Amino acid sequence: MKKVCPDAKTALDGVLFDGMTIMSGGFGLCGIPENLIGALREAGTKDLTVISNNAGVDGFGLGLLLESRQIKKMVSSYVGENKEFERQYLAGELELEFNPQGTLAERCRAGGAGIPGFYTKTGVGTVIAEGKEHKEFDGETYIMETGLVADLSIVKAWKGDEQGNLIFRKTARNFNPMMASAGKVTIAEVEEIVPLGSLDPDCIHTPGIFVQKIIQGEHEKRIEQRTVRERA
Amino acid sequence: MADAKTGWDRNDMARRAAQELEDGFYVNLGIGIPTLVANYIGEGIDVTLQSENGMLGMGPFPYEDEVDPDLINAGKQTITELRRTSYFSSADSFGMIRGGHIDLSVLGAMEVSENGDLANWMIPGKMVKGMGGAMDLVAGVKRVVVVMDHASKSGAPKLLHECSLPLTGRQVVDMVITNLGVFEIDRGKGMKLVELAPGITVDDVKAQTEADFGVAV
Repeated sequence: MKKVCPDAKTALDGVLFDGMTIMSGGFGLCGIPENLIGALREAGTKDLTVISNNAGVDGFGLGLLLESRQIKKMVSSYVGENKEFERQYLAGELELEFNPQGTLAERCRAGGAGIPGFYTKTGVGTVIAEGKEHKEFDGETYIMETGLVADLSIVKAWKGDEQGNLIFRKTARNFNPMMASAGKVTIAEVEEIVPLGSLDPDCIHTPGIFVQKIIQGEHEKRIEQRTVRERA
Repeated sequence: MADAKTGWDRNDMARRAAQELEDGFYVNLGIGIPTLVANYIGEGIDVTLQSENGMLGMGPFPYEDEVDPDLINAGKQTITELRRTSYFSSADSFGMIRGGHIDLSVLGAMEVSENGDLANWMIPGKMVKGMGGAMDLVAGVKRVVVVMDHASKSGAPKLLHECSLPLTGRQVVDMVITNLGVFEIDRGKGMKLVELAPGITVDDVKAQTEADFGVAV
C-alpha cells in the first residue's frame, strides 16, 4: 500500500466528514501541520471537534479554521493567543473543554495505546475533578481521565520515509507522536521524504504503523515570541 | 535595591528564589518573574532546566542568527540548547513532572492560602486562557515555590485563609516569596514568615496579609 501522497489535498481526500474529531499536533505554532490545516480550510469540512494543545493565532495555524467557522469545539490546555477564538467563545459560538496539558498528552497517549482510562493526581481538588471518579491509591487521591482517539490525526514531523516512519526535530515533537498513535487515520506532513533506509531505525520517533499517509510540505514555521539576546 | 515601603523588586525576588536551587536539581521555571530565576543561579550550583513542551537542558535566549523556530520554551519564546540537552514528547515530559522526577518548580500566583492551596489560572468573569501545564506541575513536582507580589494592584491581600479563585491545586505550595518576605508552608498545616525584605517589619507584613502565619524571623 502506498502511503506517500502528492499533496495535502489528495491526502485528505475521502477522509473528511462534517462533525468529525481531529487531533492536530503542535505546541503554540511550533510543530504544527501547516499544510494539512490549509487543506482542511480549503475542504470546508464543518462542525469539527479539534483536539490540540493550543488554538493557533489569528490568521495562522488553527486560527485559520476558526476564522472560517469550521470548528465547533476545541479541546485544549491553553488558548490565550487568539482574539477570534475569544470573540467566538464569548459569543457562545464555540465550545471549549480545558484539559491540563499533561492530562491532555496522556489522554492521547492512552487512546493510541488502547487504554480507555487512567488515574492521575493532576486536578484533584479543582474544577477539573468535578464529576470524575475519585480513587485512593496508597493514601493519595487520584481522578480518572479517559483516553482519547480521533477520526483523523494530522501531525508534523521533520523527516519521514515512504513507510511513514517519522523523526521530529527539537521541541517541534511535543504532542505529535501521541496524536499520531491516536488517530483512526493519521496523516503526517514532513519537511522531507527521504529514501527508505536513510533513517536510522534506532532513531525513529514514530514507527510507520501509526501513519497511514504522508506528504512532503512547505513550512513557514512562524515564530510566536522571537526572543533574542545581544552579543556582548 | 529594595524600596523601604515595597521591599524587594522583581529581580530581588528572583534572586531569593534562586537560593532554593540545589546542585544537581532538575527545575521547571514558570512564566514571568520565575523565568528571571535562571539569571541568579549561584556559582557551583549545577541545575538542569526543564521546559514542559519537551526539553531538558534549556539554554539562554539565542543570538539573532541562532533563532530556530523548532526550538522554543513553554512561553513560546525562542531559546537555545546546551550540550546536555535532550528532547522528548509532551507525554514523556509530563511523565517526568507527574512522576515526581522534577525537584523544584517556581511559579507565579494570583492567590495562595495558608494551607498551601494555589490559584493561578482563572478569574471568573474574565476570558479564561487555560491552565496549560500548571495543574500537572503543582501535582507532581517535589517542591513548589511561588513568587508573587504580596498584594494585588488594588492592594487586596493575596495570601489568604482560603483562596477565592478557582484552584490550580490543593495543598501544593511549599514556599511563597513576595516583595515583603519569605513564607514556608507545611502543606495542610500552616505557614510561617521566615524572612523579611530589607526595611520591612512583621507589622508591615501583617497589614497586607489575610492568612494566619507564625513568625520565625
